[in-house]
Amino acid sequence: MYKAIGKNIQRKEAWDKVTGKARYTDDLPETGILSARLLTSKYAHARILHIDISEALALNGVKSVLTGSDCPELFGPLVLDRPALARDVVRYAGEPVAMVVAKDEPTAEQAVRLIKVEYEQLPVILTPLQALADGAYLIHSKTNGYRKVSTDIYPEAGTNIASRYRMRKGDIKEAFDRCEFIVRQRFFLPPSDHLAMEVRTARAEISSEGTVLITTSSQSPYAVQNQISKAFLIPSGQIHVHVPFVGGGFGGKAPVTLEILAVLASRSVGGKAVRVTIPREQDMVSAPCRIGLEADIRIGANKEGIIQAMELTYFLDCGAYTDISPYMTKAIAVDCTGPYHVENLSCDALCVYTNHTYATSYRSFARESCTFCIERAMDMLARKCALDPLELRIKNAIRPGSLTPSQVLCTPSLTGDLTQCLNKVKLLSEWDGGNALTIKQDTVRAKGIACLWKTETPPTDAVSGALITFNPDGSVNLITGVVEMGSGGQTHLAQILAEKLRIDPKQVHVVMEVDTRAAPKHWKTVASMTEYMAGHAVVRASDDMIEQLRINGAQALGCPAEEIEVANGRVYSRKNPENFIAFKDIVHGYKAPDGSSIGEPVLGRGGFMLKGLTALDPQTGKGKTGPAWTLGAQVVEVEADLKTCTYRIISASTVMDVGRVINPESMRSMVAGGMSMGISMASREAFSYNSEGIPQAPNLRTYKLLHIGQEPDFRVSFVETPESESPYGVRSYSEHGIIGMAAALGNALSAAFGAEFTSLPLTPEKLWRVLSEENT
Amino acid sequence: MIPFDFIYCRPDSLKEASDVYIQLRNEGKTAVYYAGGSEIITMCRSGSIRPDAVIDIKNIPECTVLKIDAQKLHIGAACTLNQIKESKFFPLLGLACGRIADHTNQCRISLGGNLCGTIIYRETSLPLMLSDADITLYGPEGQRTVPFLAVFNGRMQLKAGEFAVQVHIPDWALEARCAHIKRTANEKIDYPLVNVTALWKDGFMRAAFCGICSHPFRSGQIEAVLNDRSLSCDVRAEKVLGLLPEPPYGDVEGSGKYRAFILRNTLSSLLEDAENGKI
Amino acid sequence: MVRYDGKTVVSLNVNNETHEVAARPSDLLLDVLREQLGLTAAKPGCKNGDCGACTVMVDGWPAKSCLMLAVEAQGHAIVTVEGLGGTAAVQKAFVEANAFQCGYCTSGFLMVCQALKTQHPAMPEEYVIEEWLQSNLCRCTGYQEIRKAVHMMYDMT
Repeated sequence: MYKAIGKNIQRKEAWDKVTGKARYTDDLPETGILSARLLTSKYAHARILHIDISEALALNGVKSVLTGSDCPELFGPLVLDRPALARDVVRYAGEPVAMVVAKDEPTAEQAVRLIKVEYEQLPVILTPLQALADGAYLIHSKTNGYRKVSTDIYPEAGTNIASRYRMRKGDIKEAFDRCEFIVRQRFFLPPSDHLAMEVRTARAEISSEGTVLITTSSQSPYAVQNQISKAFLIPSGQIHVHVPFVGGGFGGKAPVTLEILAVLASRSVGGKAVRVTIPREQDMVSAPCRIGLEADIRIGANKEGIIQAMELTYFLDCGAYTDISPYMTKAIAVDCTGPYHVENLSCDALCVYTNHTYATSYRSFARESCTFCIERAMDMLARKCALDPLELRIKNAIRPGSLTPSQVLCTPSLTGDLTQCLNKVKLLSEWDGGNALTIKQDTVRAKGIACLWKTETPPTDAVSGALITFNPDGSVNLITGVVEMGSGGQTHLAQILAEKLRIDPKQVHVVMEVDTRAAPKHWKTVASMTEYMAGHAVVRASDDMIEQLRINGAQALGCPAEEIEVANGRVYSRKNPENFIAFKDIVHGYKAPDGSSIGEPVLGRGGFMLKGLTALDPQTGKGKTGPAWTLGAQVVEVEADLKTCTYRIISASTVMDVGRVINPESMRSMVAGGMSMGISMASREAFSYNSEGIPQAPNLRTYKLLHIGQEPDFRVSFVETPESESPYGVRSYSEHGIIGMAAALGNALSAAFGAEFTSLPLTPEKLWRVLSEENT
Repeated sequence: MIPFDFIYCRPDSLKEASDVYIQLRNEGKTAVYYAGGSEIITMCRSGSIRPDAVIDIKNIPECTVLKIDAQKLHIGAACTLNQIKESKFFPLLGLACGRIADHTNQCRISLGGNLCGTIIYRETSLPLMLSDADITLYGPEGQRTVPFLAVFNGRMQLKAGEFAVQVHIPDWALEARCAHIKRTANEKIDYPLVNVTALWKDGFMRAAFCGICSHPFRSGQIEAVLNDRSLSCDVRAEKVLGLLPEPPYGDVEGSGKYRAFILRNTLSSLLEDAENGKI
Repeated sequence: MVRYDGKTVVSLNVNNETHEVAARPSDLLLDVLREQLGLTAAKPGCKNGDCGACTVMVDGWPAKSCLMLAVEAQGHAIVTVEGLGGTAAVQKAFVEANAFQCGYCTSGFLMVCQALKTQHPAMPEEYVIEEWLQSNLCRCTGYQEIRKAVHMMYDMT
């Protein structure tokens, strides 16, 4: 019987968040702190001819003005291709061009408006296919001339291709030849944004002996430390990163961006504390966004609807700089087919520079995009085969014995049970075959289904760690490098710890803020890997602690350590449970009745490093990038008005194989939150660029997110096929609710309107345009 | 954060407001009248305007009137959209107010701000254009009360230093048969792609529009077509599209063609509902 | 007539206490609350009146403090989340309904709900709840939990 696992434990920081006591990066009032503001590019692609900062510098209260010439370093997590402030060329509208440091925010902003920049416009490239056209302007003159952090990135000289991944299995030519049904379709997804409610912000100061203290709204405190150390040649021990609560990340706060500017700003004013704040509009267009994607999908099936082959080309629009996009391209490649048994495969995934805002990780690391393409194509195939779309998916579901695109052999532990998810979602969503049902004149209801899957693509040597200390009352403190940004990961870690120690989860206190000088390194709070990576570390730290309690207990109780049990806040001998010592009396060593000291203070420590992951073979894509997969099935139901081309989303269902439900309510709400984000993205979100690559109206008034009142009835249910290598069998799940939503919505609308929708977002105007083109 | 300073004045009377405007002008300063402030604050923040002074009219008694007397409803320009809606005096205007911005902002945005601001939709103007409303203005040349339509041709035609004080709506209009249809791109709270507002007087349908063109308007030609019962609802709707004062407006919220599509659907169903006694 | 030219001492009644701060006439209530009074529950999510994270209560009505000048707030009763203490039904309801994840939008939602309850002591119809809460954005939840929290808030009293 579990004590803490599987229980609805309230999030540890709940009361801090409803009383205003949860402090986020910019909530730390500091007297005398300077402010930095940015001037950004008004062109998508231009040469900088001249920057005149004289008027800005002359403004009373301005401390310094920086431009690209003040910081020659280049940055990037994989390829060092991005300057902190544009040098010579701007490559997207919104790119930081200059930074003012001043006594306060208004002064800095006033000075920003006094800087004059002379540009010479260059040709603008706005889609991957334009970027790949013959003779296309090169956005980076030496695409393969940048320093790479990792070897598995393959820029192609003389092109705009920043990297390419190939997956090859079987013989697609022979396989397509024997297909009865072939679907071939191009898809288009524009870039959009994370829009965490907290705008990105960072602070820095440099002490007289050179310690750089950074406070930032980041998912990656240790990456901040590492990248800044490497770029500025500062020993990493001199870099001290502090991350308080983070107001939503969704991948957008994984890259290192404003931290660099904060350090430059502080350095320019003799190390004084500086806060870099950006308005929401800059957060949208200057800070990295979600990728765009174009894809050519070709799927062939035999007359029974069994998939014989897939030929897939994904063109990922990474914008002006690579950031993490090469690895998102790799991530698309490893999951390129969707969770289906496909023996013959040819897939090329290309990461392509354009003059859009550069992209970074976004909830589900690009799977929400490739899944839209594959799952829409699956529905087209179902129509060709005259099969129920859900049945087609069951027929082709990946299963033990299948090989994934990167040729990993599937087992129940590795991939869970998709068929069970499909069967369960059939009931949960009241699936009725996927056909439109007329409910009154011009009004139909229709459901669309999509499967989801995702493995992880962390560095093969990513690490995590946990420290546990005791309080005098016997409760424990848990210290990890996991950032609290809403996903509840720290609460789940507390549950794992409580379970291991067999104590009430209330007795676990979690240190919410991350301090790189106090907490052991945790790679990044990304990829839904908290429970897996930090969970392992917590398990090990708990074991370490239990071992120490046993030793103390054996000495105090005078029995062999093997007989000692640790549970319910007590240490006792299995042979005589009534003779126990409470944690509070033994955790800092034991003081015998005669005053003599026994044992040692108990301190738990656990470290964890990923094992068994490999790079992909450059020719075939063979390799294993993540510990396991999470699979699931999702259904969206719409009510559509055929006359006005409008629709309402009635319900959205998800069944996901999460391995083990650690906390039913928090996992349900996390999945529902992902579904909501997916519905918002799919139904209304996109950056709208004009022909010159300038984003139109980048603010929350025009770029609409889902509001209350539009939310459907969310239905979430789980399947539990444990992952044998994971703590308590739990799989990654926190990003995954988003993955299939765009596809399920697209499938529902395509069924409702009887037309194939192949691009996002699925706005009423988009539907109308497709339908009116079809009618003419 | 507004990066620059301005002077803040809060006069207690109409004359004080106008006097301080003149005084500031004589000092070479630009001033804007201010009530709810939401548009002025956002424009100051983004840098699209940079006034030297704001003159807050919320403390002027005439500007906060919201009362009904024997013949007319009087609404002060500083009344908030929410006050107007909650008063329920003029349901059609209440409907318009209830669909501008969101509820919290409706508690701030004023009638005067919506009419005199730069955001092109000015949705409160539609019921006023239809109801034979008058408007009282005050400025350096004193006070004048004129038909609303005499000073509103898509935007307010104010003289230098003039500001809106009150609107006056005749009582026949308050309970008249009416309809308010606002269509947006997706979300309920958004600028209109199309707003069609209708008010019937003596069986004749009056209609005003915004969203479909770059400014709100009312058109006699269009109203003639709308009331031509010899034509089917669909035909009338189609004909209206040919009578717009300018080609349909298009922007990031919706293209002109799409707005035209919506207008046709909206008008057609509005006319049908009206014929079928559903309004 | 009131006229402020340059930095002025502004007297604000926040959470039942009077505070005197030096503010420019163009300073926003939000910035003064956060930077001068240290009341950081109200968040700068957009500073454009679109997200609602900075919502406070002014005389019992919701107001976006990014769209209000500090000088305008004089003479009005302002309540922020800090002023709710830790015992308000709305806070308890949000915790029990699991109505937030990252917590950044939470203060704004709490104040809209508190104002809703101030103006509508008995639970209003669902469309009214929606209308009020549509002033705010939450990027983490699917809103179901927030809706549930509003119902729980009313059930608690």
